[in-house]
Amino acid sequence: MRARFWIVASLGLAAAALLGVALGPVGLSPAAVWAALAGHGDTTTVTIVQAIRLPRVALAALVGAALGMSGAAMQGTLRNGLAEPYLLGVSGGAAVGAVAAIAFHWNTVVGVPLAAFAGAAGAAALVLTIARIAGGRADVRLLLMAGVVVGAFANAAIMVAYATAPPESVRGALWWMMGSVDGAEWQRVTWLAAYVVIGGGALIVWARDLDALALGDDGAAALGVDVERASRRAYLAAALLAASTVAAAGLVGFVGLVVPHMVRAAGLRQYRTLLCGAAIVGAALVISADVVARTVRPPAELPLGAVTALLGVPFFLFQLRRLAARS
Amino acid sequence: MTAAIEFRDARVRYAGAGGLAVAGVTFAAQSGNITAVTGPNGSGKSTLVKALLRRVPLAGGDIAIGGVTLGQMSLRDAARRAAVVPQREEPAFPMTVREYIALGRFPYASVWSTSDPGGDRAVTAAVERAGVGGFLERHTDELSGGEWQRVRIARALAQGGRLLVLDEPTTFLDVGHEMAVFELLAELARDGMGVLLITHQLNLVARFAQHVVLLHAGTIAAQGPPNAVMTGGILERVYDWPLVVARDPAVGAPMLIPLRAPSPVTVHRPMET
Repeated sequence: MRARFWIVASLGLAAAALLGVALGPVGLSPAAVWAALAGHGDTTTVTIVQAIRLPRVALAALVGAALGMSGAAMQGTLRNGLAEPYLLGVSGGAAVGAVAAIAFHWNTVVGVPLAAFAGAAGAAALVLTIARIAGGRADVRLLLMAGVVVGAFANAAIMVAYATAPPESVRGALWWMMGSVDGAEWQRVTWLAAYVVIGGGALIVWARDLDALALGDDGAAALGVDVERASRRAYLAAALLAASTVAAAGLVGFVGLVVPHMVRAAGLRQYRTLLCGAAIVGAALVISADVVARTVRPPAELPLGAVTALLGVPFFLFQLRRLAARS
Repeated sequence: MTAAIEFRDARVRYAGAGGLAVAGVTFAAQSGNITAVTGPNGSGKSTLVKALLRRVPLAGGDIAIGGVTLGQMSLRDAARRAAVVPQREEPAFPMTVREYIALGRFPYASVWSTSDPGGDRAVTAAVERAGVGGFLERHTDELSGGEWQRVRIARALAQGGRLLVLDEPTTFLDVGHEMAVFELLAELARDGMGVLLITHQLNLVARFAQHVVLLHAGTIAAQGPPNAVMTGGILERVYDWPLVVARDPAVGAPMLIPLRAPSPVTVHRPMET
């Protein structure tokens, strides 16, 4: 079953990537795509493939991989199947940070993701504090409620920033709030890749701690885990991953929720393999969602985050029902 | 002889709380014995476990495992010497029994490997000892209460230490499953392990434990063999409830029988957590 998962997931990712490059306003045959990847064929096709669609697919893949891993890690540290960066307000905080950085002209490759990370960490701390004051972070409902409230506040802050910032300085509020990989260029792909490698790599190194944390604070401590340190650093790495995707592509919700469950359903439970699986499935999912977003009603594009939300909300309700049935 | 675990004037104060939750507790649990810690709700039993796991800091005194104090060992080191079965523990996401028990080798594994030399053998031995070989492929959320407790003990045994600490392992278990757990603990003690058991089951303590520590409001009200500790006077004072201590007709161990309230309407017992 596990070997089959890796094969199916990898083939799915390859197929999604191929579709992502082939489909669009100008339809390309697989053969033409293949030729253009190698630099052959007419220059227009080569430009479309190499400068427009390939970076877009790569950006979508990185966003999906990061969100999948981030969601898996957050579910692990919070011991909660409904945890994910978007629902917990972490992504919203990141968007506020990124918008603020741009509004204050700190619009650099380091500045925007760093500000996004600061916003994400701030939002995460705020959500955990609200939940604790309201009665304990162990309570799923309080945590999600706090996350939704902080997320709504973040959306409001983005709209205010957008309305008061000089035109053209801040990308559209909708871009931030609904997410998009439109207009991806290689520079953005490269720095997002760097953040994904750092954040994802850290999580994969610390994955064993997440296995132990699944048993709860006392259970993990009984296995020799420094619970506070292990959860804090995994949470921060997860927030860094989520924040870097927000800086690169705005808010793309629910990927972090759906993907880890898909991977667990395939029988991958140890966090090291779960994280790797979530990266592949997340990448395939976001590339596919982006293909849907730009092919449903061409030439108009749906926001990427709208497509993932359409997928994610029914899944969220399904999970909520399952959790309610269990407790 | 070095005690399996020793609490030396241990004191714990919870953050924000005024008084000490544990106010100077000194006792030792020997290898080959079942040592039972008992006492009313809120008397500090579970706090001792939390202090052992370093989930709460000691405000004074010390805890030594096999003669080595906690300060001298890392958390992993402590997990190799003392296996703790905490009161509440439920995997956030179901895993197989085999995967769960293998987590007992966590304190031995390096960053990259999921197993250690000797790990498989330790897991196999633990599975056999706890008698859970029949359902290794089942998921943790598909087990009955009795099965789950045995699986948790198997996980603790896989940790390979010579000390087992259990916090109320038989709450919610029926008589048969409860007795099975106590018999398993007695067997482990006979094999030379130290067993430190936190429990409310005074009548079973009287029959299984060699040493009883009775806590009351964070201090030790009495300790010694069950016959010395389980007297009507001491228990009535500690539990603040009328009771008699009879003799167990089967084995002659002290047996606590709580009495009905003298008049039902006059009971004003404060609720405790």
